Amino acid sequence: MTGDFKIILIPLLPLLSFLLLGLFGRKYLRESSGLIGTLSLLGSALLSVFTAYNYFFVTGKVNGIYQPLVVLQQTWLEFSPGVSIDMGMMIDPISVMMIVIVTFVSLMVHVYSLGYMKGEERFATYYAFLSLFTFSMLGLVLSSNIFQIYIFWELVGVSSYLLIGFYFDRPSAVAAAKKAFIVTRFADLGFLIGILVLSFGAETLDFRTLIERLTTATPQLHGMITTSFLGFSSLTWGLLLVFAGGAGKSAMFPLHIWLPDAMEGPTPVSALIHAATMVVAGVYLVARLFPVFAISAPGALHVVGYVGALSALFAAVIACTQTDIKRVLAYSTMSQIGYMMFALGVSGYGGEHGLGYMASMFHLFTHAMFKALLFLGAGAVIHYVHSNEMEDMGGLRSKMPVTHLTFLIACLAISGIPPFAGFFSKEEILTAAFEHNKLIYGIALFTSGLTAFYMFRLYFNIFWQKDFHSELSDHHGEGPWSMLVPLIILGALAVGAGFVPFSHFVTSDGKELETSVNIVFSVAPVLFALTGILIALRLYKSENETPARLANGFGSFYQGALHKFYIDEVYLFITKKLIFNLVGRPSAWIDKNIVDGGVNLSADLTEDTSGLIRNWQSGNLQQYAMWFFAAIIGLVMVFMSVWK
Amino acid sequence: MEVTLNHILFLSTALFFIGVYGFLTRRNVITMLMAIELLLNSVNINFIAFNKYLYADKLDGVFFTLFLIAIAAAEAAVAIAIIINIYRNYKSIDVDDVDTLKW
Repeated sequence: MTGDFKIILIPLLPLLSFLLLGLFGRKYLRESSGLIGTLSLLGSALLSVFTAYNYFFVTGKVNGIYQPLVVLQQTWLEFSPGVSIDMGMMIDPISVMMIVIVTFVSLMVHVYSLGYMKGEERFATYYAFLSLFTFSMLGLVLSSNIFQIYIFWELVGVSSYLLIGFYFDRPSAVAAAKKAFIVTRFADLGFLIGILVLSFGAETLDFRTLIERLTTATPQLHGMITTSFLGFSSLTWGLLLVFAGGAGKSAMFPLHIWLPDAMEGPTPVSALIHAATMVVAGVYLVARLFPVFAISAPGALHVVGYVGALSALFAAVIACTQTDIKRVLAYSTMSQIGYMMFALGVSGYGGEHGLGYMASMFHLFTHAMFKALLFLGAGAVIHYVHSNEMEDMGGLRSKMPVTHLTFLIACLAISGIPPFAGFFSKEEILTAAFEHNKLIYGIALFTSGLTAFYMFRLYFNIFWQKDFHSELSDHHGEGPWSMLVPLIILGALAVGAGFVPFSHFVTSDGKELETSVNIVFSVAPVLFALTGILIALRLYKSENETPARLANGFGSFYQGALHKFYIDEVYLFITKKLIFNLVGRPSAWIDKNIVDGGVNLSADLTEDTSGLIRNWQSGNLQQYAMWFFAAIIGLVMVFMSVWK
Repeated sequence: MEVTLNHILFLSTALFFIGVYGFLTRRNVITMLMAIELLLNSVNINFIAFNKYLYADKLDGVFFTLFLIAIAAAEAAVAIAIIINIYRNYKSIDVDDVDTLKW
């Protein structure tokens, strides 16, 4: 094994902690499991930060361009000389950024869970699953070839399934876990076919070779462009199918239905997996193959752009009507990921045109911070109130000062109010959209207003409006230090993350990009956001009749949004009515009557025949002897008549 | 009267069918074992007779007979061991009681 051991250790530490806690946690390490998980993550996080520093400031830059570095390359399955699947680790700007985000948010969630999950029956199992997830996610972002990313892709899917279904005694959690797994698995089918198409065309699985072959004039690229199927080239098909996988994981319309239900999992898990890390894997995947999208298949990139924009708007509208605070946050996550997607969609490759790419990654970075903060804050509120519903909350600002302040910061950040983190990244995204596609820009602008509105609707409903009284809640207070410290750290980052000169580090072609905040351009989005906040302030700061009247005014549109535009019902109709009746039942009939019938027939025949002859076996020795002698005499007779 | 081959074959055939009759009719396992000995010995007589009357210059029949006697002794030992075990399990050596080995 060659390579930098420090980097290899980053995913290895969580894996070790998973094995340790998974095997011995429940019996021997009950009390210390949280500490073990947290410490191993702390090690990983420190190593990641060190790696990032090393890469961005020491080793990464060659001639002013950040180069991908291969840390580890190992042949794993060799089918024949030249045809093999490798396992490797590659670091480049986006993967370095991702390992920092993943280890950092995961560390915060580990610390937070020390308080939040305290006294839980399956405490050690919980930490084992968290470690498994962190390992898989790190493996995913460090993958050096497209097949390896698929393996880790499924692993994060499994750990997400395990964690959503953590409270497996609740039927709704079990259903949500299954739904998440099946929907993403269905999308992954597209991903797998996409991988096969791309790697067959490019004749390689390795990312660097694949990107090089499919972006310059090579026979492989020529072959993929000229082969066409149903009007698209095989390259476009491959990329679209890969995007389908990404859309499933990233909850893009219409594969988003699993994400709101995934909120059945413990809240810290929602913060880690369903807000900050796993759900951005789809964005990461598109970013990983971005040169191919941008240079060779702009058509596929347009699809990415429109799907992203549609999801952003669609989710934002639904978020305005939901009453479960975690569901509001789930739709807001979907909306923000839509932002990242369409930012990639409107981006070109290289230099100024690559602004969208950089903006998307920047938003991924800042979003991870403030969305994790929102979820952890929501977790603290739920911990205090013992309910997910807005109805049961209100006036918590004096009872939970730390949560209140950090939640407010996060709301301002996600709404894009300067100088909070979200402002800078959203600004870049809107600039990129404005330059390349006015329609998407319009959608994005409107959505940012909606975002501010629903976030502050949430904020006012939780912390203002009516007064909250509960003996039980007063008794345990805001929460232990282990829950508050992550809130404070993330709160500080939600303020400060926007000031990172991100365009110097992560760009589409590895060169530095100069960006500046254009004051005139910022006026429109900030105005939209402020309008959203003011409307929310007017409607929700104190209890009044206006929201109900407004809901009535919107009539069927409001009802539609409240019921998530009946997408779940459409899925149910397609699966239960169409697929079950037209495919499921006939195949069940064939299976029961023809396949099983054939097997049963042969079994019945055997039974009947043996029933006939089994009486010969009486167990009576002398009867056997009788038959024996009779047979011998018979045989002798036969022989004598043949050989006279 | 001279004893011919036919006389001896008659004797051995008679002995053989006495053995068969005993084997098929007796219910006592030990008696059945004795019947088997009769069967074996009728074969022995055949061997000796054929050897003496047809191939007087050879000893093959005699050797076979010796082998058969040895084997019969071994078989008796095994059979009696089995009978003892049957008795321990069924408290009986009546062959009609031992009929569990069937479908």
